[in-house]
Amino acid sequence: MAYHMKFTIEQGDYVTAGEASRKIKRNLRKIGIDKKIIRRVAIAAYEGEMNVAIHSLGGEMGVELLPDKVVVVIQDKGPGIPDLDLAMKEGWSTAGKEVREMGFGAGMGLPNMEKNADEFQIKSGSSGTTISMGFNVN
Amino acid sequence: MLEIFHSVYLEKDKCEGCTNCLRGCPTKAIRVRDGKAKILEDKCIDCGECIRICPYHAKQALTDPIEKIKDSAYKYTVALPAPTILGQFKKQYSIPQILSTIKELGFDEIAEVAYGAELVGEALKYEIEEDGYEKPVISSACPAVVKLIQIRFPDLVDNVSKLKSPMIVTAGLTRERIIKEKGLKPEEIGIFFITPCAAKATVIKNPSEKEKYIPLVDGAISIIDIYGEIRRKINNVNVDESTQTSSSKGFSWARSGGESDFLKDKNVLNVDGINNVINVLEEIERGKLDDIDFFEGLACPGGCVGGCLTVENSFVAKMRIQERAKNIENQEFIEEKKIKEVYDENKLTRLEEIKPREPQTLDDNMIIAMEKMAEIDRITEELPGFDCGSCGSPGCRALAEDIVRGKATKVNCIFVLREKISELSMLTNEIVENVHPMMWEKEKKETE
Repeated sequence: MAYHMKFTIEQGDYVTAGEASRKIKRNLRKIGIDKKIIRRVAIAAYEGEMNVAIHSLGGEMGVELLPDKVVVVIQDKGPGIPDLDLAMKEGWSTAGKEVREMGFGAGMGLPNMEKNADEFQIKSGSSGTTISMGFNVN
Repeated sequence: MLEIFHSVYLEKDKCEGCTNCLRGCPTKAIRVRDGKAKILEDKCIDCGECIRICPYHAKQALTDPIEKIKDSAYKYTVALPAPTILGQFKKQYSIPQILSTIKELGFDEIAEVAYGAELVGEALKYEIEEDGYEKPVISSACPAVVKLIQIRFPDLVDNVSKLKSPMIVTAGLTRERIIKEKGLKPEEIGIFFITPCAAKATVIKNPSEKEKYIPLVDGAISIIDIYGEIRRKINNVNVDESTQTSSSKGFSWARSGGESDFLKDKNVLNVDGINNVINVLEEIERGKLDDIDFFEGLACPGGCVGGCLTVENSFVAKMRIQERAKNIENQEFIEEKKIKEVYDENKLTRLEEIKPREPQTLDDNMIIAMEKMAEIDRITEELPGFDCGSCGSPGCRALAEDIVRGKATKVNCIFVLREKISELSMLTNEIVENVHPMMWEKEKKETE
């Protein structure tokens, strides 16, 4: 048994970004997941949503709830991250002025996702980036 | 199960069963069933939004009539006016004049909650430096916001300030002093809060069991109920200057930002209006606002001046509070030493821990809960998505959840019902048009 949620994330849509993580939070709470885990999932999902909206050409986020774990997979359509090691460093950012003025793009996205997830995998190429995160439920 | 008392209630006869409160409730705590609104006790935070919205004034707050102070059990009565009362009157009426008028309505004494506010505000400077807080520290002043955190942001309960609210502080210190000064028993003293909102009335009816004196506050009288009486008497009152015990810093708590003003050198954020507060709490929960030292969130527009039990428009009342503050800017009533003393004696610290309120999960078994959530998603897809509220639930997804919880049916949706009727009428036509051969035979015989 698994429970799925799927969200489409549009490029440049900072205004509605955050909606997916809010829905994830709401649903996980009603299913009875521990509040500490929900918070970590929501933070990581939010960062993922924002990353796709800011840096990519748009993408999708899928959430799969298994009896022992929450898996969040974020997949975008490119252009990919040129230097992954650099991108994983706190404070390193390529976000433009407009994004920074809105209070985003501080270069904390990826490190924050890695910090909050129990498992973190990232693959990036010119056709897109895929991030897979696992959160242990028990 | 835990008994939850709410001061917000429905006056059934006045309720038309419309959808105004249903859709305006920030925590989706209302359903319309059997033609009347029904408050879901486990979701209501007593913010008073429904009281403001209801065009038929069917939503009310349970407060005490002023006659209660005449109860023979009380040998000495005290009015604890919320600072918001000062925003209800023009500047031409001085603060002691307003307070003296309230006293003359039948109280033996006046104790301004603004005094407690000043103590708590000054103590906040020490409290915010204490270890063990995650930033930002969240104000504990607005009971509706505290309850919202318990229900919807359970992981933020440890951010909530451990200081008591000004009302509780004022009530505690006042009762203790009167017992000492007058030699009265705690139950012979009647302490009444003059309240701008429903949430405070709820706090009064649910006293902390750890307080030395229970109840700490004996009743809540709404500003609406007392306003007219004050207006009638205010021009013929003997003004007692000693009724005022707080400075502008204390009574400025009536408006949004008044509490934050005590932390001048800190990074503070003050937000009013329950939906705005929800949005900012979302940000805090995401860890996005850890650069902020203190968050003051107030459920009502403009702060307590916008309480649902006040008379004056919240913007006007806020302006009046600011105007009064301007006039007496340098006035100081309480010495720093006194504040430190009370704070160090622990008199300002909450006795009860604020605990998260567990949500009503779809099922105790997580696997079944997951199946039910998938069912909610599926039903939501089949509903029209208008969120009109005509079904009696606050939106299509809420209806889907109510169906899965066994508290509603799909034909509660008028659009689904219409579709079903259309299907049914097509089926009826089909049946009628295909005349049964036996019937045809019979008809033929009759005409022969």
